Amino acid sequence: MDSLDGNAIAGLLYDVYGQEVTTATTICAHCGAARPAAELRVYLQAPGVVVRCPSCDGVVLALVTIHRVTCVDARGLDALEPEQ
Amino acid sequence: MTELVEETPRAKSIVLEAPHWAGHRAGQHVDVRLTAEDGYQAQRSYSIASAPEDGFLVLTVERLADGEVSPYLVDELRPGDELELRGPVGGYFVWEERDGGPLFLLGGGSGVVPLRSILRHHRAIASTVPVRLLYSARSLPEVIYRDELMRLSAYDELDIRFTLTREGPDGWRGYTRRIDRELLAEVAFPAAARPLVYVCGPTGFVETAANAFVELGHDPLRVKTERFGPTGG
Repeated sequence: MDSLDGNAIAGLLYDVYGQEVTTATTICAHCGAARPAAELRVYLQAPGVVVRCPSCDGVVLALVTIHRVTCVDARGLDALEPEQ
Repeated sequence: MTELVEETPRAKSIVLEAPHWAGHRAGQHVDVRLTAEDGYQAQRSYSIASAPEDGFLVLTVERLADGEVSPYLVDELRPGDELELRGPVGGYFVWEERDGGPLFLLGGGSGVVPLRSILRHHRAIASTVPVRLLYSARSLPEVIYRDELMRLSAYDELDIRFTLTREGPDGWRGYTRRIDRELLAEVAFPAAARPLVYVCGPTGFVETAANAFVELGHDPLRVKTERFGPTGG
């Protein structure tokens, strides 16, 4: 399946976190890999948006928007540190 | 929307007047939202093609055959129409002069759009950072901003090169091959020069290039990537 990267969901992530986070450092809860959110792998053609770790393929984030409410599953994310 | 410019048979630049626009940095995007009469909404993210200094906003959109949003923007939109925009968004694939260089820009297909914003910004501020652009397209008629890029290549600070992956016209002196490690070793600034590298294109193109830069010894933290694809249409 074709994937994009975190740049493609900059607007959605802004809505969820209230600030620009594609430059934030993420830590994958599955394998501990650290990288900017922009470098995460993004699948838009799932029901909702699925974000995976390029190192271990684990699901880092899943976001589903229904009736203008976005539900976020961030259990695969150990940390999200905005750029200083 | 004030003007529509046909860039290639499949891509058009949409010139917009955005009265409440807060300004952007070169390389950022904007989200475009379309709402149908029945309330159905579709939203896509497009790179901004204009420089922050341009005074108007330009999006260059390539029509994707199965796209939900791009066929409307390329074929249906007319001057005077209004678009719902949100942005600018994204702060990662962005260049400002304080980021320095030398700058190596690599674009595949319409991946050249945010790179054009960076080039125009570089000229608008008369930056002395050396820039090299390698733009991969299928054929010369599919090269977006062809005339503008030819003009920009006259500046000493800018080195602009093309590779055509399907066919080069008679007398073509540019490259006619797909990007790979050998081509990047030949064209890009060497790793020892510690260039800042920006790669934008389809996912496969970006993966190939990013892996090649790592193999060539570039610092992965100085290689920024942005992928787009049919799923973004």
